[in-house]
Amino acid sequence: MAKNYIKKYKKVIVLGSGALKIGEAGEFDYSGSQAAKALREEGIKTILINPNIATIQTSSSLVDQIYFLPVTPYFVEKVIANEKPDGILLGFGGQTALNCGLDLHKRGVFKKYNVSVLGTPVSAVDKTEDRLKFRKTIESLGFKVPVSRLCRTMKDVEKVRSTCQFPVIVRAGYSLGGLGSGVARRREELTKIAKSALSQAPQILVEEYLEHWKEIEYEVVRDRYNNTITVCNMENFDPMGIHTGESIVVAPSQTLTNEEYHRLREIAIKIVSELPIVGECNIQYALSPDNGDYRIIEVNARLSRSSALASKATGYPLAYIAAKLAVGFNLSEIQNQVTKATRAFFEPALDYVVVKIPRWDFLKFKDMNETIGSEMQSVGEVMAIGRTFEEAIQKGIRSLDLEYEGVISDDLSQEFVTSGKPPLKDLRPTPARIYNIAFNLFYGQKAEEITKATGIDRWFIERIASIVSLYKKMLSTKALTPLFLRELKQSGFSDKQIGKVFGKRPRDVRKVRKDWEIVPHVCQIDTLAGEFPAKTNYLYLSYHRIRDDIETGERNQVAIIGGGPYQIGSSVEFDWCAVNSVLTAKKLGFSPIMINSNPETVSTDYDISNKLYFEELTLERILDIADKEKCPFIVSVGGQIPNTLAPKLAGSGVKLLGTKPESIDNAEDREKFSALLDRLGIDQPQWKRLTTKADALTFSERIGYPVLVRPSYVLSGKAMMVAYSQKQLTEYLNQASTEVNPEYPIVISKFIRGAKEIDFDAVSQNGEIVVSAISEHVEHSGVHSGDASLVLPTFSLGSASLESIQEISQKIARHLKIHGPFNIQYLLSENGERLPHVLVIEANLRASRSFPFVSKVFHINFITMATKIMLGKTVEAIPYIRPKYFGVKVPHFSFTRLRQADPVLRVEMASTGEVACFGDTLYEAYLKALLSTGIPMPQKRALFSLGGEEGKNRLLPVARKLYQLGFKLYGTENTSRFFQANGIACTFVYKVHEKKRPNVVDIIKTKKVGMVINLSDRSDLAIQELKRQETDGYLIRRATVDTNTPLFTKATIASLFVSALERYRLETLSIKSWSDYVGKGERYE
Amino acid sequence: MGKKGYLILENGQIFEGDSLGSERYIEGEAVFSTGMTGYPESFTDPSYYGQILTMTYPLIGNYGVPARRKKLQLLAHFESEKIQIRGLVMSSYVQNASHWQSSESLSSWLKKENIPALSGIDTRTLTKILREKGVMNAIMTFEKPRNLSGFTFYDINRDNLVSYVSTKEKTVYGNGKLKILFYDCGLKLNQIRIFLRYDTTIIRVPWNFDPLKEETDFDAVFVSNGPGDARTMPETIRSLKEILKRKIPTFGICLGQQLLALAAGGDIYKLKYGHRGQNQPVKDIVSGKCYITSHNHGYSVVERSLPSDWNIWFINLNDNTNEGIRHEKFPFFAVQFHPEANPGPTDTEWLFHYFVNEAKRWLKIT
Repeated sequence: MAKNYIKKYKKVIVLGSGALKIGEAGEFDYSGSQAAKALREEGIKTILINPNIATIQTSSSLVDQIYFLPVTPYFVEKVIANEKPDGILLGFGGQTALNCGLDLHKRGVFKKYNVSVLGTPVSAVDKTEDRLKFRKTIESLGFKVPVSRLCRTMKDVEKVRSTCQFPVIVRAGYSLGGLGSGVARRREELTKIAKSALSQAPQILVEEYLEHWKEIEYEVVRDRYNNTITVCNMENFDPMGIHTGESIVVAPSQTLTNEEYHRLREIAIKIVSELPIVGECNIQYALSPDNGDYRIIEVNARLSRSSALASKATGYPLAYIAAKLAVGFNLSEIQNQVTKATRAFFEPALDYVVVKIPRWDFLKFKDMNETIGSEMQSVGEVMAIGRTFEEAIQKGIRSLDLEYEGVISDDLSQEFVTSGKPPLKDLRPTPARIYNIAFNLFYGQKAEEITKATGIDRWFIERIASIVSLYKKMLSTKALTPLFLRELKQSGFSDKQIGKVFGKRPRDVRKVRKDWEIVPHVCQIDTLAGEFPAKTNYLYLSYHRIRDDIETGERNQVAIIGGGPYQIGSSVEFDWCAVNSVLTAKKLGFSPIMINSNPETVSTDYDISNKLYFEELTLERILDIADKEKCPFIVSVGGQIPNTLAPKLAGSGVKLLGTKPESIDNAEDREKFSALLDRLGIDQPQWKRLTTKADALTFSERIGYPVLVRPSYVLSGKAMMVAYSQKQLTEYLNQASTEVNPEYPIVISKFIRGAKEIDFDAVSQNGEIVVSAISEHVEHSGVHSGDASLVLPTFSLGSASLESIQEISQKIARHLKIHGPFNIQYLLSENGERLPHVLVIEANLRASRSFPFVSKVFHINFITMATKIMLGKTVEAIPYIRPKYFGVKVPHFSFTRLRQADPVLRVEMASTGEVACFGDTLYEAYLKALLSTGIPMPQKRALFSLGGEEGKNRLLPVARKLYQLGFKLYGTENTSRFFQANGIACTFVYKVHEKKRPNVVDIIKTKKVGMVINLSDRSDLAIQELKRQETDGYLIRRATVDTNTPLFTKATIASLFVSALERYRLETLSIKSWSDYVGKGERYE
Repeated sequence: MGKKGYLILENGQIFEGDSLGSERYIEGEAVFSTGMTGYPESFTDPSYYGQILTMTYPLIGNYGVPARRKKLQLLAHFESEKIQIRGLVMSSYVQNASHWQSSESLSSWLKKENIPALSGIDTRTLTKILREKGVMNAIMTFEKPRNLSGFTFYDINRDNLVSYVSTKEKTVYGNGKLKILFYDCGLKLNQIRIFLRYDTTIIRVPWNFDPLKEETDFDAVFVSNGPGDARTMPETIRSLKEILKRKIPTFGICLGQQLLALAAGGDIYKLKYGHRGQNQPVKDIVSGKCYITSHNHGYSVVERSLPSDWNIWFINLNDNTNEGIRHEKFPFFAVQFHPEANPGPTDTEWLFHYFVNEAKRWLKIT
């Protein structure tokens, strides 16, 4: 191969995308990893800059050098100066990497260091990023973009009015969905809306309103020799107006005729060649459902979420190929990675249907309006493959891990019996829309009406209708017949849902089904619809087959269950664990099988494992696979989903490797675990499960406030909270949506204020710990461990505390006979009667969120060790040596994307991702990590708004330090008075409710301040959260995150940050690679 | 659900499915196509004449069937006047079609045109059988077969299938400068539609039209695609030999390429399971440029059988079979794929324009 190198590159930098966040998630770990693989095959030395420590790409097996540093022009330039690469890839790390690259290009950095930008040239990227240039480019080719006219006066509007096609949308200024915008369907309406809009804004945009047009995407690949293919097209279930990341997406398109499909394809190819793209890009179209007219919406000249989805949907590794093309390959030279016989220049033919469904976590964000629209808010996604849309969508819904059984997720059976038609459900775009459609169809709303109301193509509504009609048939059928059961399974119904209708347990349905030989068959994705045999085992199951495509049940196999969809609390870290487990199993000579449902992952790359089942992670499906493969399973590396399945799998006779299922149950079951701790003489915060509100109050009174409240049934987004007084608890319990009864008990535990929190991660072999890490949280108790800043090694614990933690952990490991990875969370109270007072909060007998972090900081791969142990190898214990450097992991919040969420740290997790950096000191590591979340170094102005005496006192030294550093301080009334009284100059600013300007929000929004420290009186906050008040605190915090200003809502981190500022400037932060800190060693492999 | 129907393969394999078309006994050659859209175009492609077509894409019928609208004497949305496949096999039939151009359902169209069709068949398993064993003769029946002894399988390729699909009379389209004698061996209407964009007159003639005997004035010759084995058409080959001898610019597509190769003195052979789909990669071996093309053929040119003054033009990147040939001096060329697309990608549509230009240039020289 490689006949066509333009130039032989020796060393190439790849930019990563940093923390996982809404709009930029695991897909870029996948694309970066693929790029690294493609470059390595060519013998090119690869340097990666990415502070996302939980990713696979930041593993030494893939790249030659890793810098855990912010992906910002400053740091990237420093690395370029250090490494002197001859090329750089900008298209594999999302918008973060692309923006950084464009900036560096503009600053002339690439020129200065003689670095070539590989792949699509910067000039082409620029044409796609700049709205005006984009419009000009497209129109010069004779293609259509949505008509958009700028109007400054009513005269301009008159001119537009006579030429434009209605409906139009009027936008005030340039802000999408901004004030005064509205839809005009007739001329008179336009005049009216425009008049009102122009009275508020100097200029308005009158744009074609593509209401209910279909949204179609093409993934296009082009090499530098102008060979172009479209790998895949996709059709959005939701029409225009819903962000494609927020829409259910189907591949290939379902409702396009040959003429439409190929017209859009031809346009795509012409645009891509004009720009020109070298590598991969995505083109989005709007297509009229009434006459086939089209508009080009946008071009993304980089790998994207859609390209990751398209790669998984087709088996065509877009990022891998794009990287090859970037270094000069011709598409016809590269092998088809699936067939190994044909070439990469071809367009995959699918013989299945792929459905992607977004996963939202609105429940976790209080105060959120659940409407979805043109901005992305989902935190993850699932993909499902079937031979019909029905089979795929129902599978996909179950994959969401939301306890939905399919499109019919309301309890219709009872309502059907009691008849009496309920009111139809809301069909506005929300996460529940698809279930509401099914509900309405069930109660007789016509498909046509639903299409009219939603703009969702009739085709999709009819598919849902066919599921609904089968469900109805079930309700009116007395006994199952083999024919009917097969039909139900072919339409994607679960055994559980069928069982519910027929009054059978899922396992009884399963038994009947197997007796009737109604089982799903293994289908292989081969990119060519069966025309050529595939050499890889990229698999899914379907009931539309009569036999399996491959052999199953070979010897020496081990199945590993992945993490499922990314969601708050379960993210790329579990993919890292799962992939490392697979790779270890491979190295030990096993044939690993991977099962996962998340297209944004590396684990679902078909060449990671020997067999990949792209499947739902439900008991039914895992048992189907277990029946075929008859191999043992690893359930402790994929996070909570496999962990929860463990006892059920074991109960169904599946062999599980690692810690025994009974032990998992003993740790997961609160009562059992508590009893165990008591037996072992280990302290825990007092707690109780309560079934009445009165008992809850009595118990809380007895243990004393504050208490942590954990309801088991949650409506309208209220979850855990800390109650500081009886009044608060009463108020909480009296909320209409709080249920407390024997079916939905409430758990109340003692909340220990100001306690240190510790994460203990370890691997145990037959109950003996072989490796462990103790990470200390910067924040004190009251902040979810997923939202806390973790420091490794610990920075404030004495040897007595460390020994005590080690000792207790060993005791628990021994008693639960832990055989594999586990995590224990500790509280360390400094105010206790004993010092140190160590309390156990919980234990998870599985790999935890912090496993990649501790593995990379210590340079000891905990998962490799755990997997070896689980697969029956004996490993030597690794003695602990305290490193001379620090690793700090900080959370990344996506609050800018969530327009109404209150950006404050609390007991419920809210962060969507994390980054970690290294430093010679705690301060250096922390500062780098914080900068890696995308915030700038603060200018020398800080705003303080501190509630309560305690907060003010705690932050006085922080304010003094800032003052000494030359910061100009601003404060709200009491805060500024307090600082002044203590001899610190502080400018007073109004609170919003004081109704005088400029107020605190004004000075944040005009970027007058470079950092904001806002402490709420804790007791105050809990109540406000409950009442959803728009308090000053909320407005300050919101304004701060909306302007991307560093925000600190806890005294501990504010203090750490200021201490770091005291010691470091941007220029004094060291530019060192991972191996500069940890050295090179065998232990990691 | 319709009546049960059965697809019986020559190798003894029986597939049971649900009927959605007419319910009559048919014989044909079982083949598969991997195209994901364009079933109205595919089913009316005369190259499928006599074949029982399996669609590997599992959902068929999604956007219904467009109306029989005509534009410039030609049906706007179909590739010939009627459905040409003999029988149809699919995994799932989608009943509720949705498209602004849809005027009837696929099922109703099939019934109207008396074409039997089965859904609910494991088309992937069927495809893999055809891939491994090669295309084979098959029967579709709506009586439950007791055993196989009662069935005889007929090889349709022994017949001159072109004679069934070719036009019976001469028809002239357009009024342009370049007069193209258009051999209809089972043409796809899009070939005419595209030519008419370039100042041409199309003289559509039957497969066995003899240009020497009949007085027709033409500047160039086009030989269309069509079904079956080109070796069953000696009349056409004879005419083409004469045309080549007279150095009249000639362009062939698919069966047209095979006829041209035979006329030039080359040979053809039957592929194990043919190429039928819209994602076939071909490479212009002179320029190195690659194209995605639409395919529908069961035979291919034996490259080494070609006389030395004929060159290889295109090859298939999947299996390296021949995809195009051209004469080294004269404007004679042909491609095995379908530049007219419909269904499929439009990457190589430029070949029509190229031929018109080459023909004009040649006429100027001579």
